[in-house]
Amino acid sequence: MAISPVPASDNLMGKALKEALFAGVIAFLMFLLFVGIETYQDINNALVWRTRWTLLAVFVVISVVGRFVTVAFIRPHLDNRKLNKAKEGIPDLSEDKGFLRKHFLKFALILMLAYPFLSLLIVGKQGSLKYVDNFGIQILIYVMLAWGLNIVVGLAGLLDLGYVAFYAVGAYSYALLSSHFGFSFWILLPLSGIFAALWGIMLGFPVLRLRGDYLAIVTLAFGEIIRLVLINWTDVTMGTFGIAGIAKASFFGIWSFDTGSPTSFVKAWGLSASSVYYKIFLFYIILALCILTAYVTIRLRRMPIGRAWEALREDEIACRSLGIDTVTTKLTAFATGAMFGGFAGAFFAARQGFVSPESFVFLESAVILAIVVLGGMGSLTGIAIAAAVMVGGTEILREMSFLKVVFGPDFTPELYRMLLFGLAMIIVMLFKPRGFVGSREPTAFLKERKAVSGSFTKEGHG
Amino acid sequence: MAGEPLLKVQGVETYYGNIRALAGVDISVDKGEIVSLIGANGAGKSTLMMTICGSPQARVGSVIFDGEDITRLPTHLIARKRIAQSPEGRRIFPRMTVFENLQMGAGLDNLKFFNEDVEKIFTLFPRLKERQSQRGGTLSGGEQQMLSIGRALMARPKLLLLDEPSLGLAPLIVKGIFAAIKKLNQEEGLTVFLVEQNAFAALKLSDRAYVMVNGKVTMSGSGKELLANPEVRAAYLEGGRH
Ligand SMILES: Nc1ncnc2c1ncn2[C@@H]1O[C@H](COP(=O)(O)OP(=O)(O)OP(=O)(O)O)[C@@H](O)[C@H]1O
Ligand SMILES: [Mg+2]
Repeated sequence: MAISPVPASDNLMGKALKEALFAGVIAFLMFLLFVGIETYQDINNALVWRTRWTLLAVFVVISVVGRFVTVAFIRPHLDNRKLNKAKEGIPDLSEDKGFLRKHFLKFALILMLAYPFLSLLIVGKQGSLKYVDNFGIQILIYVMLAWGLNIVVGLAGLLDLGYVAFYAVGAYSYALLSSHFGFSFWILLPLSGIFAALWGIMLGFPVLRLRGDYLAIVTLAFGEIIRLVLINWTDVTMGTFGIAGIAKASFFGIWSFDTGSPTSFVKAWGLSASSVYYKIFLFYIILALCILTAYVTIRLRRMPIGRAWEALREDEIACRSLGIDTVTTKLTAFATGAMFGGFAGAFFAARQGFVSPESFVFLESAVILAIVVLGGMGSLTGIAIAAAVMVGGTEILREMSFLKVVFGPDFTPELYRMLLFGLAMIIVMLFKPRGFVGSREPTAFLKERKAVSGSFTKEGHG
Repeated sequence: MAGEPLLKVQGVETYYGNIRALAGVDISVDKGEIVSLIGANGAGKSTLMMTICGSPQARVGSVIFDGEDITRLPTHLIARKRIAQSPEGRRIFPRMTVFENLQMGAGLDNLKFFNEDVEKIFTLFPRLKERQSQRGGTLSGGEQQMLSIGRALMARPKLLLLDEPSLGLAPLIVKGIFAAIKKLNQEEGLTVFLVEQNAFAALKLSDRAYVMVNGKVTMSGSGKELLANPEVRAAYLEGGRH
């Protein structure tokens, strides 16, 4: 702390004040038209405008204060911390990470398993609907989607902007096959995954030779094609009306969650009727699907195909000269990623009971990709945290009706969802350009090898 | 088939679009030989290396390896014939550790001989052992070169192709790498075909050598012959250190 001498802090305040005023001016100019003026339709349906000076003032004040605090306090604090760290040398590499961090995964898993019951205990059945469904299931769907996309983008390095197409394929596979043929969820879940994987391969073939930006554009187009087909093939998909009344998932065919059914779950267990049981059941299904995704990803990374994916991301030419078939490697990456998207889609259809093309717009692809990038490409933990923060944050926005006091009664916090995403992107990229968990975990270590080669020498191979 | 060379390049022409980079190249490498290829910048040396590996493929002529025509095989299948390459620009995997890079090299046998072979690489290049958990991209240039060669060796190649193994390295390290190549050749009978700018060192190391000018082989002979040849001396050796 003794690094910055006293007179410097006077200077600092002056500088902070100057920068704050400057920020205020910029904010004023930027928001003058966006925020200060609003257009609306009056009774005669004419478009007129009115001013919102108070709201504009709030925005400007926030920028001024924010800038001042950043320059005067936050930045010196961060600099000091960095300096102190640098002076201490590099002790951060030590093995003992602390109890909590070492067992982080176990804690997270136990917490997730207990989550629905904790919520039942704390907020009761009615309140749990929100916490299990809006927060729990919603977040886990995105965790699963982001983990699936992570295989394609994070591991294999193939930038896919149309991932939501596979989500759509999964959802419509379930919706259509369930309503036309009455197949159960447990048959359709794997089927949807397989269909999505086939579509993944189909997308893979034409884009085999593309990389980077070109690949991104083509995958984006692919996503739009699927959505437009869903809209326009009205005989099958009902177009923009969507497909409603999709059957619920059953408890492995033993109990049903339909209230009228003779094998009703609530009746069998003598519970009072409530939709919360179905939600909790769904929560565990998506949790299991997430765990499956994580398990498969972790296992694959240690297997030849997973290593090939990562090598492909780094250097395609080197891969080929090492005997890796880059064609099958890419196709399997697309197929595996798509399969998990398909699972998530089937689950989404069963949970929603209704699918329409509106759920599969490009924005969804962008959100999923943003989660992968924010979390740190390739890092399962980082991505899960990013999904929880971003999707949870969106849900929390809905709850923030108190903001109406500040911003006026017309303020609808949900509409600022994308603003939240943008802010989070900027902040994370400023401080951690590689995402929350930016460093890649090696898949092989010296210790493992030592153990193996030790056994080799014993057998006389050494 | 006594006397049949391990690698035979016959009348190979390679094009980049309409530009002819190789204009009918004939080269042969026998089992257990070290053969080098020298030539000015842009002569087509790297192109020949890559043509042997099938990317780009030769438009005219043929590449015969171990009695088999590999001219039209895709690169990864050529690699599976045990032709390993340390290409121009090293092309190691930058975000993977040294250890993982070596694993990638042993992918053909699905790591069956990995533990044995990695020890060999580590005795050959002790530096890599020290650095094994460091990311490839953060290695020094010389270390990356060692890794690139080490990774190629992990494939248990019948033919090792090296494109400018001395590029950008300190003389002492070049010496070390050339000594390592010689050792592998003498102790394990490894066949090596290398491209070099460092003509003096390359010619001294090699059994035979070729000189390439503008996509054509203009001279060939034993390393000693070429070292003594006045034309070669004037073009590739004078002014250099020797
Ligand atoms: N991908 C490419 N597209 C078009 N032309 C190329 C390509 N690669 C190489 N060339 C051209 O082919 C010729 C031979 O290049 P090559 O890389 O084989 O030279 P080199 O002998 O390895 O030179 P150096 O000693 O500088 O590495 C050069 O004229 C080069 O400009
Ligand atoms: Mg070259």
